[in-house]
Amino acid sequence: MPKDEYQSRDFKVVGTRPIRPDGIDKVTGKARYGADITAPGMLWGAILRSPHAHARIRGIDTSKARAIKGVKAVITRDDFTYQPEDSDMADILDNCMAGETARYDGHAVAAVAATSKSIARAALAAIEVDYEVLPHVTDVDEAMKPGAPVIESGRQQENVPKGYSENVTGRSQYGHGDPEEGFKQADLVIKRSFKTAATHQGYIEPHACLATLGSDGQGDLWVCTQGHYMVRNVCAGVLGLDAGQLRVTASEIGGGFGGKTHVWMEPTALMLARKSGKPVKLMMSRDEVFRATGPTASSSVDVKIGMTKDGKITGAAATYRLQAGAYPGGIAFLSAMCGFAPYDLENVRTEGFEVMTNRPKAAAYRAPGAPMGAYPVESVIDELCQKLDLDPLDARLKNAAREGTKSSYGPTYPAIGLEATLKAAQSHPHWTAPLGPNQGRGVACGFWFNFGGDTCVSLMVNPDGTVSLSEGNPDIGGSRASMSMMAAEELGVPLDQVRTIIADTASLGQNEVTDGSRVTFAVGLATIKAARHAVEIMKERAAMTWGIDPEAVDWRDGAAHPAGPNAGKFPPMTIKEIAAIASNTGGPIAGHHEVNAEGAGVSFATHMVDTEVDPETGAVKVLRYTVFQDAGKAVHPDYVEGQFQGGAAQGIGWAINEEYIYGDDGRLQNAGFLDYRIPVASDLPMIEPVILEIPNPGHPYGVRGVGETSIVPPLAAIANSVSRAAGVRLTSLPMSPPKVLAALKAE
Amino acid sequence: MRFETPTSVDQAVALLAADPEARVLAGGTDLLVRLRAGQVAPSVIIDIKRISEMTVISQEDGGWRIGAAVPSAEMNEHAALKADWPGVVEAADLIGSTQIQGRATLAGNLCNASPAADSVPAMVVAGALARIAGPNGTRDVAVQDIPSGVGKTSLGKGELVTSIYLPPKPAHSGDAYLRFIPRSEMDIAVVGCGVAVALDDQGKISAARVALGAVAPTVILSQSCADTLIGTTGDDAALDALAAAATAEAKPIDDKRGTIAFRKDVAGVLAKRAAKIAIARAKGEA
Ligand SMILES: Cc1cc2nc3c(=O)[nH]c(=O)nc-3n(C[C@H](O)[C@H](O)[C@H](O)COP(=O)(O)OP(=O)(O)OC[C@H]3O[C@@H](n4cnc5c(N)ncnc54)[C@H](O)[C@@H]3O)c2cc1C
Repeated sequence: MPKDEYQSRDFKVVGTRPIRPDGIDKVTGKARYGADITAPGMLWGAILRSPHAHARIRGIDTSKARAIKGVKAVITRDDFTYQPEDSDMADILDNCMAGETARYDGHAVAAVAATSKSIARAALAAIEVDYEVLPHVTDVDEAMKPGAPVIESGRQQENVPKGYSENVTGRSQYGHGDPEEGFKQADLVIKRSFKTAATHQGYIEPHACLATLGSDGQGDLWVCTQGHYMVRNVCAGVLGLDAGQLRVTASEIGGGFGGKTHVWMEPTALMLARKSGKPVKLMMSRDEVFRATGPTASSSVDVKIGMTKDGKITGAAATYRLQAGAYPGGIAFLSAMCGFAPYDLENVRTEGFEVMTNRPKAAAYRAPGAPMGAYPVESVIDELCQKLDLDPLDARLKNAAREGTKSSYGPTYPAIGLEATLKAAQSHPHWTAPLGPNQGRGVACGFWFNFGGDTCVSLMVNPDGTVSLSEGNPDIGGSRASMSMMAAEELGVPLDQVRTIIADTASLGQNEVTDGSRVTFAVGLATIKAARHAVEIMKERAAMTWGIDPEAVDWRDGAAHPAGPNAGKFPPMTIKEIAAIASNTGGPIAGHHEVNAEGAGVSFATHMVDTEVDPETGAVKVLRYTVFQDAGKAVHPDYVEGQFQGGAAQGIGWAINEEYIYGDDGRLQNAGFLDYRIPVASDLPMIEPVILEIPNPGHPYGVRGVGETSIVPPLAAIANSVSRAAGVRLTSLPMSPPKVLAALKAE
Repeated sequence: MRFETPTSVDQAVALLAADPEARVLAGGTDLLVRLRAGQVAPSVIIDIKRISEMTVISQEDGGWRIGAAVPSAEMNEHAALKADWPGVVEAADLIGSTQIQGRATLAGNLCNASPAADSVPAMVVAGALARIAGPNGTRDVAVQDIPSGVGKTSLGKGELVTSIYLPPKPAHSGDAYLRFIPRSEMDIAVVGCGVAVALDDQGKISAARVALGAVAPTVILSQSCADTLIGTTGDDAALDALAAAATAEAKPIDDKRGTIAFRKDVAGVLAKRAAKIAIARAKGEA
């Protein structure tokens, strides 16, 4: 077995719960976030945004703004003279600064840099934009109809059947077998339509950056992002710069959840810096975050499932329509892949439609597409169980995918943990706890792929024997701690001897963004390999000192040991001793590893939730919540539990109150946390995390990503719970009080 | 922009009268938010927290005078005030969060003139009076007559509220305030309802006041709601009649926070629930 595959072992550091290394700085306010950096001579940037959902820009007069004292640069799309050939880059540029057309309420149309924030604001007010307002469409079903206002012509792919608006840019299909045949074998077939609203990631920290860009083409960017390599590549691609000349440093990050895996304004900051010749700081207000950075897609879905009396699913089909916002792209294909992924099905077909609308470009949000994939499927399964009088966990176990199952999206599964989560749910006291009046219990399963991808890690053994680890992935979920733990485990040194930092783009090779729940898996894998690389070097240095063969040296407990009696009798050389004489044995010691990590194991979860519905007001209270999820191996269990709880908390918000609300004028009506209601602490019960560990065969320690799967089951789990509590099936999210009360009254 | 910290009511009135663009700052929990959002740009901000008479809660003729700069957190810790007017104190206690309550005032909540202001229906049913100081002296005005529209007050040029007066608590009386919000806190009322009742010696309701918030541009003090209770024991039939009257009296709009139908329904539900609490308090049961 190659050494990088999973091997069971006794861990010393991995699996413990040390104090987080970034904690003190964060609670004392010393941590430096996106907006916390300043530079000498710095200017304040600000962006003017379209008040219209859809408008042709006939002209922009910036003369009055430029005349204001203290205004150092005013830019519009005309200043972006480089036109990217790549269509993705061209779309990003157009999203950062509108060209001929403002495509959504909040679309950037001009920007300024000035010596103070108030001058920058005054300059924005002095810019005159001549708009020709165009018809708009913000609803996904409306946007698909022939005759709907077209956001951009000529972007439809060939796989879209005839009869749809040009706004439908792509269609994908997955599955096997023949659902129609399957429905014939069923004792009950249920078909229903569902809707979910667009929801924002709701990270605490608004986007912020500080940019410099000289006439020599050299630039520096300090930015709050989930992936500074991506920011570098995109900014270079959009502005026609050499990637090597632009150094990007990631700040500490106050949440991202996918929303910071995109570029929304950084090219604008660089352009303002170039035009003014000064460093420019650009920060979004909360209003801008809501209006101009991607929420995830809203969805409209039809699902049909057939089941036998004893709970076997005989046929399954779903059509997903997701809005991608103002540019082509979209994640309906992911919904179509994930919806039925937990089940072993003979007859399953899904399709996904990607639809452009006059809304901000939809962004990744924690397991993008999977929550809307699972919600309709898990709702219909629950209703089938209710009507066939089946236990919803038993029925899911009966259909559960296992090792060897051909998944609904194609691949055949290796060892997976779905059954384990269902069985853990069955034997948990929550499952049998009594319920009161107006209360209901819901369960649902969820799946996420998890990703690997390009990753680089360098591990330096310092002259005093301590270890510095450099990785290139912004730490959102505690990855610095996890990397230090894996390095300490592999090197056999105490955890406090290792410090991990996030290096800038000039210090390591390419790294994928912090997404796809990839970091603990992929960066962890590279960390382990980099540590093994350093160990090999240290073994050589010890061998050299002892005058024996490097193969005759073993590494354990942080020291080189002669491999056996034949190797010679030498006292062990510790990492500290080897480091102290490194200069004389060949120079500094460092390990590194560069890889496109494959083998990220897929992940499953089962969620269980109790809710109570106020029959007179429709208000929903979440009473109890338990998460059962496979983590492969929990490197730092606190962080794993935090991911389980965080996904459930965001799912609760999505299910009950969060939504983008548009007026008839196509403008967003709730661009702030007062009327965009994420749950507050008192809305949530203590969410109990149950960690299961089914090792991922593709990682040396068995690690699987854990960050995203936890947001997949909640929408359905809560909808099932509320539907059972209310005695009426709810098919539209959010289940806000007016909607629930209306459903109760309609009964 | 100037920032003034007068130490007397007269100074505050003089500053206010001198500049039509001046704004009073009490806790600032509304004003500073609007300032930052660019919605207001006053020329002078007049902070009233240094005016000592405005910072105290005192007993007066059997009732309570609450200075215009007293934060709701102080009311919440004032046991005697809370014993007399629990509904008013609880309404103030709903405002925002612990941090907000360290600053937010009753007078600020009133003068901000939001239809959804939580303490206003509670003050209205308590029969509270606002004391107003201005260039022409001092006057007392019923609280419900201060807001004149969304974000508008009936205060004249140079006038400000110096205190709120809660009258002596009648014998065998009780008050309550409830609001509906989609979350459990940190939210804005979709509907609010204050109820105050007094019982006669037979335990029948002899006097009642019912006020609805967030269902019209200004608070509704509803006689028809009160009439459903007066002369009854607050039995189920009376409470159902109250709910129907509150639903009928509510004149809400459809907006992002709720539909007309929802708000009307919930106005009835809250009226009933608040009345139950007020009656129980009047009986000394809660
Ligand atoms: C996070 C948050 C949550 C909130 N939650 C709630 C809530 O749940 N319920 C609710 O009702 N409100 C809520 N509010 C609004 C606000 O806190 C309340 O309205 C509060 O009572 C205002 O009091 P203040 O002393 O801070 O007013 P200020 O902001 O100081 O003043 C408000 C307005 O009244 C004027 N004013 C103040 N005092 C006087 C005076 N003595 N005479 C004349 N004019 C005066 C000011 O010029 C200003 O226009 C919330 C606000 C925030 C920021």
